Amino acid sequence: MATTAPEHFPAHSDDHAHDHDHKPGFFARWFMSTNHKDIGTMYLIFAIIAGIIGGAFSGMMRVELAQPGIQYLDTFAKWFGAVNPDFNSTLHVWNVLITAHGLIMVFFMVMPAIIGGFGNWFVPIMIGAPDMAFPRMNNISFWLTVAGFCSLLCSAFVPGGTGLGAGTGWTVYAPLSTTGSPGPAVDFGIFALHLSGAGSIMGAINFITTIFNMRAPGMTMHKMPLFVWSVLVTAFLLLLALPVLAAAITMLLTDRNFGTTFFDPSGGGDPVLYQHLFWFFGHPEVYIMILPGFGIISQIVSTFSKKPVFGYLGMAYAMVAIGVVGFIVWAHHMYTTGLSVNTKMYFTAATMVIAVPTGIKIFSWIATMWGGSITFKSPMVWAIGFIFLFTVGGVTGVVLANGGIDDNLHDTYYVVAHFHYVLSLGAVTALFAGFYYWFPKMSGRMHSEFLAHVHFWVFFVGVNLIFFPMHFLGLQGMPRRYPDYAEAYAHWNQIATDGYMIMAASLVIWFANIAYAFVAGKKAEDNYWGEGATTLEWTLSSPPPFHQFETLPVIEEVHHH
Amino acid sequence: MNLGKTARAASHTAKALGLSLGSIMAGAVMAPQAALAAAASEPAAAATADAAASAGSYTPMAPTPGIGMPVEGGIGFQQQFSKLGEYGEWIHNSVLLPIIAVITVFVLLLLVVIIVRFNRRANPVPSKTSHNTLLEVVWTLVPVLILIGIAVPSIDLLAKQYKPAPKGALTIKVTGNQWFWTYGYPDNGEFEVVSNMLNVPGQPTINNGVREVGSEPWDGPSHLEVDNRMVVPVGEPIRLQITASDVIHSFAVPSLWFKLDAVPGRINEKVLFVEKPGVYYGQCSELCGAKHGYMPIAVEALPRDKYDAWVLTHAGGKIDGQATAASETDYLPGEEPAGDASEAPAADATAAAE
Repeated sequence: MATTAPEHFPAHSDDHAHDHDHKPGFFARWFMSTNHKDIGTMYLIFAIIAGIIGGAFSGMMRVELAQPGIQYLDTFAKWFGAVNPDFNSTLHVWNVLITAHGLIMVFFMVMPAIIGGFGNWFVPIMIGAPDMAFPRMNNISFWLTVAGFCSLLCSAFVPGGTGLGAGTGWTVYAPLSTTGSPGPAVDFGIFALHLSGAGSIMGAINFITTIFNMRAPGMTMHKMPLFVWSVLVTAFLLLLALPVLAAAITMLLTDRNFGTTFFDPSGGGDPVLYQHLFWFFGHPEVYIMILPGFGIISQIVSTFSKKPVFGYLGMAYAMVAIGVVGFIVWAHHMYTTGLSVNTKMYFTAATMVIAVPTGIKIFSWIATMWGGSITFKSPMVWAIGFIFLFTVGGVTGVVLANGGIDDNLHDTYYVVAHFHYVLSLGAVTALFAGFYYWFPKMSGRMHSEFLAHVHFWVFFVGVNLIFFPMHFLGLQGMPRRYPDYAEAYAHWNQIATDGYMIMAASLVIWFANIAYAFVAGKKAEDNYWGEGATTLEWTLSSPPPFHQFETLPVIEEVHHH
Repeated sequence: MNLGKTARAASHTAKALGLSLGSIMAGAVMAPQAALAAAASEPAAAATADAAASAGSYTPMAPTPGIGMPVEGGIGFQQQFSKLGEYGEWIHNSVLLPIIAVITVFVLLLLVVIIVRFNRRANPVPSKTSHNTLLEVVWTLVPVLILIGIAVPSIDLLAKQYKPAPKGALTIKVTGNQWFWTYGYPDNGEFEVVSNMLNVPGQPTINNGVREVGSEPWDGPSHLEVDNRMVVPVGEPIRLQITASDVIHSFAVPSLWFKLDAVPGRINEKVLFVEKPGVYYGQCSELCGAKHGYMPIAVEALPRDKYDAWVLTHAGGKIDGQATAASETDYLPGEEPAGDASEAPAADATAAAE
C-alpha cells in the first residue's frame, strides 16, 4: 500500500526541534488529553477530591460512634435531603455512609491514585517509553472513572429502600441489594461500579500492552523496576477479576429490574452465589490496591539505602505468586455462610499460603536496607512506617485466615482493624510515600521536608489510635456496620474517634505542604534524591518534558533495577 | 439401656413438675411484676403472652455482669462457655497471638537496628549485596513451618466444629427477620418465640410496644437485652437450624464461639453447646438493613428441669417431643476429632423458600 505521506508528517518533523514543551491549549490538554503525565495528574487530583469526600464520610461515622446512642445521624439525613426523617431513614443514612466510604475509598481513591496516578505517570517513564500504548483509551479510562463517581454521588440523593441512598455495604450482598433495597439508589451504585470497572479494565489492557511492547532497548522484563512489575501484576488481576464483578452486578441489576432470580431462592437462585462471585473479584481487588504500593516501597527503599533491591527476582515473583494465589482464597470472606468443612479447611490452608510471599517481600525490604547508607528523607520515613504497619495488618490476616477462629471474629471490628491496617495504613501510607517521592518530579517544586516529617508522625499516631483499639473491640465481639453499640464498647470507640481527629489534622499539614511547594517551594533538580535514585525518571528534568524519550534511551547491561 | 433412658426421662419430668410447683408458690410474690411485663410486651410478642399468662413457673434469669457480654475496656475475647470456644480461645491466645506478636516485634527490632546502624553517618559506604540464596531460602521455609504449626490446631478446631449433633439432640430453629429473631422449638410442641430488642431510654423507639431496658430486674445491658430470650438447656448439644425470611442475617454469640449466617432459602446447621447456666448475648453480624444494629440475640441456658418448666409456660409447649435423654449421652464436642467430619450436614441442606 504505497500512499503519499499525509501533509502533517513533514510539518510535524519540522516542528520537532522546538516542540519539546509544545502543549495544547487548556481544553484540549485537560479534557481531550492523550498525555500519560497529564492523565496521571488528573487521576491524582481526582483521587484527592474523592479521598476528601470518602474521608469526610468516615469522619461522620467516627463522630457518631464516639458515644453510644444516635446523636448526629438525624442531622446527616437532613444534609442528604431527607425531610423529617423517621428513625429507619435516619439509621439508613448510616448504611449509606459505610457503603459510600467503602466504595469511594476502594474504587475512587486508592485505585485511581495508585494505578491511574502513579502508574500512568511513571510506568512509561520507567521503561523508557514515550507514552502509554493507547493514549486515547487512557483518556476514556479516566473519564469513565469520573462518570462512575458522579453516578455514585447521585445515588445518595434518590430513594434506596428505607431511606435515601444505597445502604447495602460496599459488598452489595443480595438479597439486601435486590428485594431489600427498592428504589433507584442501588441501580446508580451498580452503574457506578460498571463505569469505573470498564475504565479500569481498559486501563489494565493499556498497562499490559505498554509494558510488554514499549520497553526501551535493553529494558528486559528482568530489568524492569519493581514498580513496573507491580503494576503489570496488578493489571492482570484487574483484567481477570473485574469482568467477574461486572457479571455479578449485572445479575444484581437484572434481579432487581427484570425479574430474574439468580440470587433469589424463590426462583431457584442462591444469595450465596453472589458472595462467591463478588469475592472472586473482591479478594484480588485487595491485592490490586496493595501491590502497586509494594512497588513504590521497593523503589523508595532502594533509593534511600543507596543499594539495589535485595533479591530482585524473588521480589518480582513474590508479587506474581501473591497475584496467582489471590485468586484461590476468596471464600475466606465467607467462612460463616455455611461452607462445608472441607471447603473451609482448604480456604484456611490456601489463605495462609499468602503469608509466605508476603513475608519474602517484608524481609527483602529489610535486607535491602541492611548494610545500606540510609538517608531518612520523608519518602523513606513513610516507607519504613509502611513496612511496620503492613506487618501488623498482615499478621492479623494470618489470625483471620483460620476458619475456626474467624467464626468469632468474622464481621467484627477485628476485621475492620485488619483491613484498615493493610489499606488505610498500608496502601495509603504507600501512597503518601510515593507522593513525597515523586511530587517534586511531577510538579517541579520541592515540598517542605519538615512538614512532610510532621505529617508522617501526626498521621502515624492518628491512624494507630483509630485502628489499633478496633482489634480490642472486635475481640470483645463488637459487630461491624453498627451505628450504635452497648455501653461496654464506649471506651475504645471514644479513643478511635480521638485518633480520627489527629489523623484529620495530619491531612491539613499535607495540604499546607502542597500549598507551600507551589508558593515557595524550591525548584526541583533532575535527580533531587541523589545517587541512590537510578530509575529512568531521574534522568529527566523535573517536571519531565511534555513528551519524553523522543530518542529512546538504551539500557546498558549494568543499569540495575 | 432403653429402660435406663426411660427412667431418666421420668425423673426429668418429675423434677420439672416439682419445679413448677415450687415456682408457682414463688410466683405468688412475683405476680404483680409479671403481670406488668405481660402487659408491656403483649403487642410485640403474641407468642409469649401465653407464657406470661401462666407466669410463675418461669422467671427470666438475671445475667452476671461481665459474663456473656462485652466488658468495658476489654482487650481480649469474651470469657468462653463452650468447649470449642475454650479451644478456639486457646489457639488464639496461646498459639496465634504469641506468634504474631513475636513476628511484629522481630520486624520492629530489625527496623530499629537498621535505623541505628545503617544510617548515612554510621555507615557512609553502602554494601553492594543484593543476593543471598541461603537467607532467601530460610525466610521462605521458616514461615512455611510456622504456618504448618498454626494449621494443625486450626484444622483440628474446624473438624470439631463440624461434628454433627447426635440423633436425639434438641433442635431449635432460628430465623432472622428484619429486624428481630424468631426461635422455633419443633421438639417441644412447635411453639415459636419472637425476640425483639428492648427500647433504650432517651432514644427513639426501636420496637413499638416493647418495654424499655432496665424495667425488669433481670434485664441485661441495653442494646443487647431482648423481650423474649432464646432459652436452651445447658450441658447438652443443641442442633441449631438457622435461616432467614427476608435478607441475610447472622446469628452470633461471641461467648459461645458461635456465628453462622441466616441465609434465605438455606438452612445452616451447627451444634450449640453451653457449658454453664447463664445469659449469653450476641448481635446480628451481617448487614441486614436500617435496624441491623438493633436485633440482638440473648441465649438463656438453663438446667434441663428449668428448661422444661420454661417450655411448659408456652401454649402447646410439650417436653415429650424429643428424647430428653440426649443430655445424658457422652457427646462432648471438642473431645475427639470427628472422623466423619466431611459428612457433616453442617452446610447447606438447601431448603425450599417459603
